[in-house]
Order: sequence, then structure tokens, then C-alpha cells
Amino acid sequence: MSEHQIQLTVNTRPVQASVEARMTLGDFLRSKAGYTGLHLACEHGVCGACTIIVDGLAVRSCLMFAVQADGAEVTTVEGVANADGTLHPVQQAMRECHALQCGFCTPGVVMTLASLTADDARPAADTMLKALSGHLCRCTGYQGIRKAIDKLAEAGTTGGRA
Amino acid sequence: MKPAPFDYVVPASIEEALGHLDRGGGDATILAGGQTLMPLLALCMSTPSVIVDINRITALKGIERTSETVRIASVTRQNEALANEPLAAALPTVVRAISQVGHFQTRNRGTVGGSISLGEPAAELPATAVALGAEIEVHSLRRGERRIPAERFYLGPYSTTVEADELVTAIHFPLWPANSLIVFREVARRPGDFALVGLVGAIAVNEGKITQAGLAWFGMGPTPMKAWQAESALFGENIGDVDPQAIADLALSETEPFDDHSATADYRRSVGRQIFVRTLSDALNLRKAA
Repeated sequence: MSEHQIQLTVNTRPVQASVEARMTLGDFLRSKAGYTGLHLACEHGVCGACTIIVDGLAVRSCLMFAVQADGAEVTTVEGVANADGTLHPVQQAMRECHALQCGFCTPGVVMTLASLTADDARPAADTMLKALSGHLCRCTGYQGIRKAIDKLAEAGTTGGRA
Repeated sequence: MKPAPFDYVVPASIEEALGHLDRGGGDATILAGGQTLMPLLALCMSTPSVIVDINRITALKGIERTSETVRIASVTRQNEALANEPLAAALPTVVRAISQVGHFQTRNRGTVGGSISLGEPAAELPATAVALGAEIEVHSLRRGERRIPAERFYLGPYSTTVEADELVTAIHFPLWPANSLIVFREVARRPGDFALVGLVGAIAVNEGKITQAGLAWFGMGPTPMKAWQAESALFGENIGDVDPQAIADLALSETEPFDDHSATADYRRSVGRQIFVRTLSDALNLRKAA
């Protein structure tokens, strides 16, 4: 078993640590770096709750080892709102559309939609809906999330409803 | 559950990776996108002593078109391949198949070579490689490079001809004639699930005659199942003379569908027939109208 020094950026803050090779990025962020907004549920790549953004891409943090994130730029749900507390457009849309019930799957959904709408991109509702297939909501609260997706698509200048 | 302890190495070159595999003597496991391996590790269904992470080897990334083939390096992410315009122009069937692999989030990590070398019988990419006549490029420290035709690559569920000291480095897809028809349909319980039944391939047509056909099933046997007889029956046929029902019979005769918790073999056969007839008819009718 091997132990490794890693250095990465989490929500624009530098983080350094020593990790066992077998520690997943999701476990590392929650238990060593303190980002408990990230939710781990199934821990084997099925549910999507632990989705975060690594180097600009939405990925499941239970399906990556922390050691693989050495040098990476990571964003968790704690990092999407403005410093003054203004919600990210995805968070705002989900809030307005009641797109969460128990909230356990929510951080993952937010991160997927945040990655798709980064840099003011406004994907079609259909694109976001397809990406939503990578998330399970055990409350079955999908209709609110769909409404939030429609709202995000309408907010764009070119994005249309599917 | 958590993965059992292991040693982790992250080689910078193919040679270095091959050295680790050679020394590992079968107990070293390659980590590419990890979208299948990580769950197996988390469930302790796989407990290797060494993990060789090939994600930082730049020579294993990228898509290159030559005059005869498109070479997809093994660690190319599925979403990168999906967004690759030269690939979409040259081999639209491949792009169509990749769009159905897993989910958007898993395709950001999951690799083309990973899906090809895993050998899941219900997966899209292995069947696509078999249908289109791809070759798998493999390297080992002691024996150098070899290329294996996809149709001989798969031995059974999750079993391929790749040896423990070998690394899949690329997949070479032959170019098909421009405007070849895309054949693709799958039936799955939910988007992103493995298919219960699927069909993939391409058909090249010139002046109303079929000049080339490559077809394979997924989820219809222990490996991707190539529809050899259907392909040869289609070869040289006038589009108007094709009897999709008869071709479907031939294609089904070369399958070995199985029962599992999701579907019975009979269900797979019956749905397989339906999607075969529909997909072939759709493809050929489109062509006639054009």
C-alpha cells in the first residue's frame, strides 16, 4: 500500500495532503479537506450524488482516487455561489422551481448543471435533461429539477426548449 | 465499502507502464478512466496489489485520421471522441455508439480503450469495433506490438485475448465509404444502462447496390456477435430487393441470447428481431428517398 503527497486546488484554495492511494477523491474532499457539501451515497458510480467539477468537467468523485487529482482544479458545491452569498444561476433556478426535496442528491445535480452552463454557456434543455440521467433522486423529485432546467434554458439567448 | 490497499504507480510513458505490467506478473491492474474498475475496487470484487494509472501518458491520447483508418488512442475520453469532428465525419456510427456509453458524467472520465478492453457483452463499443472491422493495438514489453482483429479479440464476458503483461494502446477503425448508412439501435431499461439488446453497424451503398455491410449485436451472446451471414446476404444486393425479415433470420441465427435478471433469452430474440427489421428498413428507406 502506498502513500502519496498531493497538491490541488479546491474552490480556488490550494490544498496539500498526504493520502493513501486507495482513498477516493470524494472521501478525501469530505473527510480530509472538510468539503462536506459533497455527498457520497452509493460510492460505486451509480447515483451521481458525489458529482464535482475536476478541471472543468463534471465527474463522479467516488470514481477517482484523490492521488489522481494531484495538480487538478476541483470545484465542489461550496465553490459555486459568489463570495457575497449570491446563488449560482443553477442554484437560483433550483430554488425557484423547488428542485429539491430531501436534498441529498442536490449537490451532484447542481455540479452537473453548473458544468454545462459554465462560462455563460446555455445548452438546450434536452442536453441538460440527458445529463440528468446520470443522477438518481430517491425522493423521485425529478419534475422540479426539469422545471429548473427549462428555466435555465430559457434564460439563455440562444438555448431553446427541447 | 472501500477499496483494499494497493500500491499505486503513475507511469509517464508507455514503456514505463509496460515495465510495471511485466513486473506485476498478472497482479498489476491498469487504471484508465476507472468508471468500471473503481466500482469493482470499491466492492472488493477486484483486489490488485498494484494499480498502474495510465491517465498521465500523453501518447495514449488523441484521435488521428490516416488515409485508411481512424486511430483512437486508448485513453481518449469518450466525451472527447464524441466531440471530435473528424471522427464524426469519417465514422458517424462510432460517434453514435459512444453517445450511448454510460452517462455524460462517466464519459468525461471513461475512455474508448477502457470500454473496448473491458469486453462487457452488452456494451456498445466492443460491438461497434466488431461490426466495423476494427483492429485493437496492443503492446507488451517482451513481445512488442501486435494487432488483433476485433472479431477475434473477445473470448467471453469480460474476457479478451489481452495478456496480463499487455496494454491496449489504440483502436484502429477502417474508413468506410463516405455516406455509409448508420445502423444503430438499442433497447435499455433506462438511458445510460447497458443494453438489453442492441444492434450496430454500417452499410455502404453505391448506385442502389450494397457494396459493404458490417453488423454486430450486443447483449445477444457472451461476446459481441457478428452477423456474418446477414452481412454476406446483403453484399451485392439491390436495396429494393432486400427482405429485412429474411436478413433478420440470418442475423438471429448467429446469436446466443441468455436469460438474466433483466430479460429472458426469448425476450432478447424477439426484441432483437424487431429492432433489426426496423433499423435495417429505416436505413435503407432513407437511402432510397435520398
